[in-house]
Amino acid sequence: MERLARALGRAPLHLVIIAIALLWISPSLGMLISSFRPQGDIINSGWWTVFQHPFDFTQFTLENYIRVLTQEGMGRAFLNSLFIAIPATLIPIAIASLAAYAFAWMEFRGRQALFMVVIGLIVIPLQMTLIPVLRLFFRLGLSGTFLAVWLAHTGYGLPLQVYLLRNFFGALPAELFESAYLDGASRWTAFLRLLLPLSVPVLASVAIFQFLWVWNDLLVALVYLGGFERVAPVTLKLSLLVGSRGQDWHLLTAAAFVSMILPLAVFFSLQRYFVRGILAGALKG
Amino acid sequence: MRRGWGHWLYLAPALLALGVFLVYPTIHTIIISFFGPRSNEFVGLANYQRAFTAKPMLIAFRNNAIWLVVFTAVTVSVGLLLAVLLDRVRYEAIAKSIIFLPMAISFVGAGVIWKFVYTYRPAGTPQIGFLNGLVNALGFQPVGWLIERPWINNLALITVGIWVWTGFCMVILSAAYKGIPKEMLEAARIDGANEWQVFRYVTIPFLKSTIAVVTTTMIVFVLKVFDIVYVMTNGAYDTEVVANRMIKEMFLFRNYGLASAIAVILFLAIIPAVVVNIRRFRAQEAVR
Repeated sequence: MERLARALGRAPLHLVIIAIALLWISPSLGMLISSFRPQGDIINSGWWTVFQHPFDFTQFTLENYIRVLTQEGMGRAFLNSLFIAIPATLIPIAIASLAAYAFAWMEFRGRQALFMVVIGLIVIPLQMTLIPVLRLFFRLGLSGTFLAVWLAHTGYGLPLQVYLLRNFFGALPAELFESAYLDGASRWTAFLRLLLPLSVPVLASVAIFQFLWVWNDLLVALVYLGGFERVAPVTLKLSLLVGSRGQDWHLLTAAAFVSMILPLAVFFSLQRYFVRGILAGALKG
Repeated sequence: MRRGWGHWLYLAPALLALGVFLVYPTIHTIIISFFGPRSNEFVGLANYQRAFTAKPMLIAFRNNAIWLVVFTAVTVSVGLLLAVLLDRVRYEAIAKSIIFLPMAISFVGAGVIWKFVYTYRPAGTPQIGFLNGLVNALGFQPVGWLIERPWINNLALITVGIWVWTGFCMVILSAAYKGIPKEMLEAARIDGANEWQVFRYVTIPFLKSTIAVVTTTMIVFVLKVFDIVYVMTNGAYDTEVVANRMIKEMFLFRNYGLASAIAVILFLAIIPAVVVNIRRFRAQEAVR
């Protein structure tokens, strides 16, 4: 009896939580379901009506996906996003690791001051850099190229990455490096053979954050690739479809899902690193 | 430790990239904010004067202020509420995943998802947007959620931001909440405090610095909010925000002077929040 009374007393708690969870998931659910419904159905009835006969799979179709991937250019955009995001993740992390190694384990005058300057750059919002960098890219003939976006993301991602990596590198025991140097290892060998393998967890968190940041970015792609649809990543392509296909929800929902499938896969498979990466990345200005 | 100049080899690529993509552009943007649209004539403070007086900018400032208050208050308080409530149930992990999920997707994707939720059809035709479907089922007339100004449409956009960021607040606050010694909460309950009093006089004071970190992070986001508005309304029907205005001045009107002035204003507004944030973050790391 007592257990029943306690369970009943906790009912409002469960109700509130379940209500919030349903509220949170229903927009995504609506998109997912609609992306599999034929255009005629989407126009004539709400997506929730599919639950009236949940086991009737004939009401679903892959037509929308085939169309957005082939005719509407989302397939191309998906590849573009990969071409953009992979180098735009690897390049800054490589550069940041080198710098963080120097800040953590090399002694030189002004080390602390220089490090503070680098951290200080976190406060600069992207908007402060757009016009001069765009002009620079124009002059160099780089606007509309993947290289421009890789370089820009490298610059923008560095301050936070140097900061996070230096903190991790600096916390490693000094004896490790001392004994490696005594054994005749050069700095470069210690970096490659000792530091990087020991730092895999933090490198993974930083990489996941940077990858998702770049994958989900609209602003940088819009400004530096804006006029060139051929190289547009999924975010840019999707925003263009919103403009041109305003009420074609069978296409927009499918295109939206294509744009988010990879981040969702990362989220579900690497949740621990993902959360850590996002939390650290929140500092980004 | 060794000395010499070898460390510069390790620092050079980073310093070069930072110089080219952050330091030089920032200085350049400040300079051209005092020049005309094409950066060839000095105009003094004219761009700033326009930025603070032009009608679209005033609307943008007002909307950023609404975002600042509503978005920050709701994300932080709902995040806190969820952190406390979810600690008491066994399906905490899955519920957290559901709330945190939107953090994984782009603001563009979130914008499309919610534009569909807000879809409006004239009364009498079948409603296909979830919200108007709900309104219809309750017997009311459908609402143009993204059109009714100034409150409904701005709040509709802010809701999208809340949907994305509440999970972030929840995860950080939950980690801090689990750090409260259980004996402290129990002691308060044994002394006769009810749940609200425990929350008010034990939980909140204990979480104060974490709440501050989360709040400043939300403020930084709000000041720069761009993608959601760009995709969903592009500032139409008085939903403009400052960051979107900057992009319009830059791309649409090719007024680099005014666009730069807006960027500088944004920068100055963000500095205090980010500095506080970095300080607290470092202080917390020192504790860990």
